[in-house]
Amino acid sequence: MTDNNEKPREQITTKIWREEAELDNPFAAAKSYCAGFDVYGDLLGKISLIEYIWLLFKLDPPSNAQARTLEGLAVALANPGPRDHSVRGAMNAGVGGSTRASALIAAISIGAGNLGGAREVFTSMQYWQQCGTDLASWVEIINNPPQEERADVWPEMEHTPGFDPNGASCPTPVKQLLDHLAAIENNEVLAWLQTQRQTLEHHAGSPLAFSGVAAATLFTLGFEPEQAEILFLMLRLPGAAVHALEQEKMGWSRYPFFADGLTLTNDPGPIANDD
Amino acid sequence: MMIEKQTDTLTGPERLEAYEDNWQTEMGAWFPGERVVLRGKDIFSELNNYSWMEFIVYAVTGVHNPKFAKVIEGLSLLSTSYPDPRLWNNRIAALAGTARSTGALALSAGIAASEATVYGLKPIKGALDFLYRASERKNQGLTIESIVKEELKANRCVSGYGRPLTNIDERIAPALHFLAKINANNGKYLRLAFEVEEYLKSSRYKYRMNIAALNAATVADLGISVDEYYYTSTLAFIGGIIPCHLDAKNKPEGMFYPLSINRIHSIAAADRTWSN
Repeated sequence: MTDNNEKPREQITTKIWREEAELDNPFAAAKSYCAGFDVYGDLLGKISLIEYIWLLFKLDPPSNAQARTLEGLAVALANPGPRDHSVRGAMNAGVGGSTRASALIAAISIGAGNLGGAREVFTSMQYWQQCGTDLASWVEIINNPPQEERADVWPEMEHTPGFDPNGASCPTPVKQLLDHLAAIENNEVLAWLQTQRQTLEHHAGSPLAFSGVAAATLFTLGFEPEQAEILFLMLRLPGAAVHALEQEKMGWSRYPFFADGLTLTNDPGPIANDD
Repeated sequence: MMIEKQTDTLTGPERLEAYEDNWQTEMGAWFPGERVVLRGKDIFSELNNYSWMEFIVYAVTGVHNPKFAKVIEGLSLLSTSYPDPRLWNNRIAALAGTARSTGALALSAGIAASEATVYGLKPIKGALDFLYRASERKNQGLTIESIVKEELKANRCVSGYGRPLTNIDERIAPALHFLAKINANNGKYLRLAFEVEEYLKSSRYKYRMNIAALNAATVADLGISVDEYYYTSTLAFIGGIIPCHLDAKNKPEGMFYPLSINRIHSIAAADRTWSN
């Protein structure tokens, strides 16, 4: 504690950011640079939000096609709708009058999972890294998914990642998104997925899901599985936010409680307290 | 049980329809204005004399296991409740305090972050998982040396051994003292944990046992499953998280380890201009 002047202070090392201090305050930035670009002096007014998100993750600007592809995916994911597990979590915070932060925490915590969530995107991305556009590799990994020998905090995958175990045929919006993204600069990976979709679905025994399109898209855009996982979490938050705010205003009485939807199958019945 | 029988053969939308507005459960329910049941027991009349941790253990396992509850409670107090805001999960709660967020948000963020790799829930779960696997391998006739080497080869670490920042774990002695007092210090998994340490500390890794291995061995000797241990451990950090949050909240806002601009060591690209 006393040798602060002699010992060099610990620092945060970053490739992403650089700051220059205001003359009157070493704790306030006069200039902030993201990957070499002056954020408030240059980027502001020039860069779109999706380009800035790309820059933050990649540290280099996207091509026009890359930005359009990520933007397309972002629009498609922005609101999973009020029936989605993660959005429902956010609405439960809303109707109970919980903090707004807790609504997003709920959406993130639920939307992090293996079923339709960010962990599914992560695992699916690993499949893409391993299999690329080789159909035989995909069939092999679908039939013999990698097993983690050690216990992890994540539950084991119970279905082929990127596919909906509770689906019937591939939903129209999933196909529309895939068609839209594949058409941007004739993306080869996504075109392959279009062509092979039904074969893959046959082997997985379930239809392609948004998580699968997201994984393929982020793979073809050169994101790492970790980046894909966290981007998927972020990009789905706008819908969670607005549905939570809306239900907060509506109140709990206009929101499903499932009053008649629960059956306790081992009810001991009323028991007198002998104490 | 019933729902499984009903829906075993169903798939896809048919299975979803079978579950729609139909949650059949043995876990518990509230009967508004009357009573509440957990795992077949009435909370007000059958569980009312449980300690809080016995209740949590019952919720997780469905078994009344006062000894496991006592072990979890004692070991959480001694080993995972460090009120030091430099520790990463605690620091999150302290930052929430200095930034004037709420207590519940600070606590939930701190708990969420406690599911970490270099400390916290992953080693906690991993250590028990390792001991169960090691014991199985030992029963198959493998030596401690080959079990540990196998683990190191596969995973480059042995959960429960070695520690960031320091190799000595000051919690081992007080934890053993506590376990001796409640007669929970003489099981076969605890012996196995020490055998593994014996080998590792003399190996080139020089790893010592950390508290995760000791705690895991203790619950293994009580027959607790990896998942049961994981869920009962999720609360283990709150004793350290809350005081760190309070401390920062009670000091002037923004004063918890402020960082001046020269604390950023930038290795970013050279300055450039954006062109559309």
